[in-house]
Amino acid sequence: MKGKINALGRWVPDEINGHPVLPYQGVGQYIPAGRRAAPPVVSCANYPQDGNKVVPNLRQALERAGIRDGMTISTHHHFRDGDKVSNILFDTIADMGIRDIRWFPSASFPCHAPIIKHLERGVVHHIEGSMNGPLGEFCTRGKMKGQGVLRSHGGRYRAVQDGDVHIDIAVIAAPTADPFGNANALYGKSVCGSLMFALADSQYADKVIIVTDNLVPFPCIPWQIQGNYVDWVVVMDEIGDPSKIISGTTKITRSPARLLIAELTARFIKETGIMRDGFSFQAGAGGTSLAFVVYLKEMMKEAGVKAGWVRGGSTKYLVELLEEGLTGAILDGQTFDLDGIRSMRENPNHVWTSPFTSYSYHGKGHFASMVDVVVLGATEVDVDFNANVVTHSDGMLLHGIGGWQDCLFSKCTILAVPSFRDRIPVIVDKVTTLTGPSELIDVVVTEKGIAINPRRKDLLEALKGSTLPIRPIGEIKEEVERICGGPPAPPKVDNDRVVAAIQWVDGTVIDVVNMKVD
Amino acid sequence: MATIAEVGRKERASDCWVRLEITERGGIEIGLKSKVKSMYGESIRDLAKKMMKFFGIENASLYIEDGGTLPFVLKARIESAVKRCLPATKKEFLAEITPQNLYRVDRDRFRRSRLYVPGDQPRLIINAGLYKPDGVILDLEDSVAPSEKESARFIVRNGLREVDFFGAERMMRINQLPMGLTDLAFAVPHGVHTILIPKCEDDETVKEVDAKIQELRSQYGIDNEVYLMPIIEGALGTINAYKIATASPNIVALTIGLEDFAADIGAERTREGIESLLARESVVLAARAAGIQPIDSVFSDVADEEGLRESVLEAKKLGFEGKGCIHPNQIKIIHEKFAPTEQEIERAKRISLALEEAQRKGAGVVALGSKMIDPPVVKRAERILRLAILNGQLPKNWKESLRGDLQDSGEAIRR
Repeated sequence: MKGKINALGRWVPDEINGHPVLPYQGVGQYIPAGRRAAPPVVSCANYPQDGNKVVPNLRQALERAGIRDGMTISTHHHFRDGDKVSNILFDTIADMGIRDIRWFPSASFPCHAPIIKHLERGVVHHIEGSMNGPLGEFCTRGKMKGQGVLRSHGGRYRAVQDGDVHIDIAVIAAPTADPFGNANALYGKSVCGSLMFALADSQYADKVIIVTDNLVPFPCIPWQIQGNYVDWVVVMDEIGDPSKIISGTTKITRSPARLLIAELTARFIKETGIMRDGFSFQAGAGGTSLAFVVYLKEMMKEAGVKAGWVRGGSTKYLVELLEEGLTGAILDGQTFDLDGIRSMRENPNHVWTSPFTSYSYHGKGHFASMVDVVVLGATEVDVDFNANVVTHSDGMLLHGIGGWQDCLFSKCTILAVPSFRDRIPVIVDKVTTLTGPSELIDVVVTEKGIAINPRRKDLLEALKGSTLPIRPIGEIKEEVERICGGPPAPPKVDNDRVVAAIQWVDGTVIDVVNMKVD
Repeated sequence: MATIAEVGRKERASDCWVRLEITERGGIEIGLKSKVKSMYGESIRDLAKKMMKFFGIENASLYIEDGGTLPFVLKARIESAVKRCLPATKKEFLAEITPQNLYRVDRDRFRRSRLYVPGDQPRLIINAGLYKPDGVILDLEDSVAPSEKESARFIVRNGLREVDFFGAERMMRINQLPMGLTDLAFAVPHGVHTILIPKCEDDETVKEVDAKIQELRSQYGIDNEVYLMPIIEGALGTINAYKIATASPNIVALTIGLEDFAADIGAERTREGIESLLARESVVLAARAAGIQPIDSVFSDVADEEGLRESVLEAKKLGFEGKGCIHPNQIKIIHEKFAPTEQEIERAKRISLALEEAQRKGAGVVALGSKMIDPPVVKRAERILRLAILNGQLPKNWKESLRGDLQDSGEAIRR
């Protein structure tokens, strides 16, 4: 196989799925030109004048959409591990005898394991989108017909905008919709808060199908997906499993080590002076991130500091900040619990944002780079501050990128990670799959101390005299190896078999995943 | 002699299950199922072979089901299986004591917090020192099920040698005697600082433990003292508190365990703890009379932070110097609440300055204004200042900076 070494020293092939590959060139180095992609021109004359686009079932909608072999079909992941629509969709496609579909989800989850049989039988050719759990394993074992392509949320939006990926049919599961196709995720039994991961799909796909289990009379207000983009509406009994879509309450970690990491992270933000009136931050919904928000909130209250705005995925902990006046707004990509949904419904300062506003490379700026500090996780971080978020140290593709790469553009990127998990070191010599470049990773907070990227002299300077445990990252790595009994053996892979490409936000390829052979 | 041993736990992260069968022929056969096989499979096999060779086992079938076990635990589990098959073997598969653990501790160091860690929970042992408790107790007694005790000894022993406890006092709670006497061999030669003796009813128990420790010290050539902390957990122990507190010169603290106490005296355990008030105060009196530290029981409701705060303040009022912890989150609260108040620090500073003054003058008594200060008060003041400095409440060089301030403000210090 032919290939090149990219700007981070990683080998990438010349082609993925028969399409030419651009090797990663560095942050902000690749500036494509040309015009944006666009869906075909349509005319309202071809649509029902009464606005009723309801068709009896998904099969009919797909038939009318002109589904055929080799098409690209997209779905969104707002239902997370509770999604039922994608499985029904591919069962239907299989029944119709269609083959070689490129599935373009905004992410896949363990609940999508039934799609493995469609991959095996050739109904689905390959997946372009984050692969969580069993699908990731299937892909890593080299069983997928085509090669996987992983993009961040912003990268996915970019790919749609510049035509890297053309969506033939978008199937958008919506907790509430009207017959015209207006839809939102704020009401109905399958509520998930927002639908904005499907925004690009609705605007750029040739055909758009809304699938709902809560059809309401026109107008469905507010509309997060605009009916004017929608071709057909399908009603189903159940589009998701509510208990897996949203949790009643999100839980803070109880692990003392994770709590320590969260506390150190909050103290870091306070002591560097990042925590000041009007500041902004982003934290996810993992147990450590939630705990971090709780610690930071206490420190903000004590110091009388208020944030200007914060970014979700929101949970009740961010909602509390908003409701107690400790932040002016939540700019939210998705929400994870019932408090988040309630707040999104009721509070005008709890705003749903799309990957376009937050992340897209083809926007005239984006929110991610305006965030003062972001707290993220990783599966591995190396001594040069490069990080991995998609594979485990055994080479298995098990996580999606999500908005992780996009968030690295924050003014201060903190990876809050345990220094090892069970026996597996997180701080390593060289990451298995390079997902994020050291250029954008500023701080690594572990339970064994805080490592600051030497590039950030300003942060080191700001913490002079601090009692925080600031340590060289190499020292933490050595300590971890002592505990774990040496560095882990690298995964055994077939270097001639690339099973997935990891794109950078701009569409260049930053690294690849090889077939695992042990 | 058993030829088959099964130890450890299946399907538990950071732990493993080991099955060893000594066979007649066929050499060493190793089976491995591991969560980290691709990363550490070779290293696990190598270790297993090395250990079989070390114990002189030539034919065996060894099966390891591994949930990502750290080496110190893996070694403990395998050795435990070997010892069950070959109880007569005296050899121990020991790593060097990690250089980070070569520190010693003073007998009158602060013991505000001591974190109990079950001896068979490797995940909790590995990070115990991170939360900066004054002491970490590797427990072999109540937190370890009877079937797990034997194997837990090896984990605790290897932990003492190999896990970095970040400066905490390394303690071990042994089982009740006679089992506890056997436990000692897994601690004394391996860098333990302090032994906690459970359910002490009289001074004999302490003396027996002390004698065994001295025997082990001379057998293994251990030159540092091993301190003792007896735990009083019932009526008889309370009555004998002073005898217990003075049973050995190596006793550094006396503590009370309230889990079993109420039942022992035939009372209900209440939130206010009136049923144990006399016993707690008896422990304080006995300890003070013996010149050692009185340490309070644990606060067992991990979720109740406010309750813990109240409980620490109460302990402090009663005269206790420390409390037990069963969760790392309790440590910070305990340290905060045992911290001296501003007033206490100010008074201690004045006493310390008065002492210096008296020494310079060669005066036999220390006086603050017209009031004479007794030696125990001076000692307490010095301890308060040490704690304030440890907590960062007071700069280390407070005397120098005080003199500077006074001079700056024109107030001459008498020379």
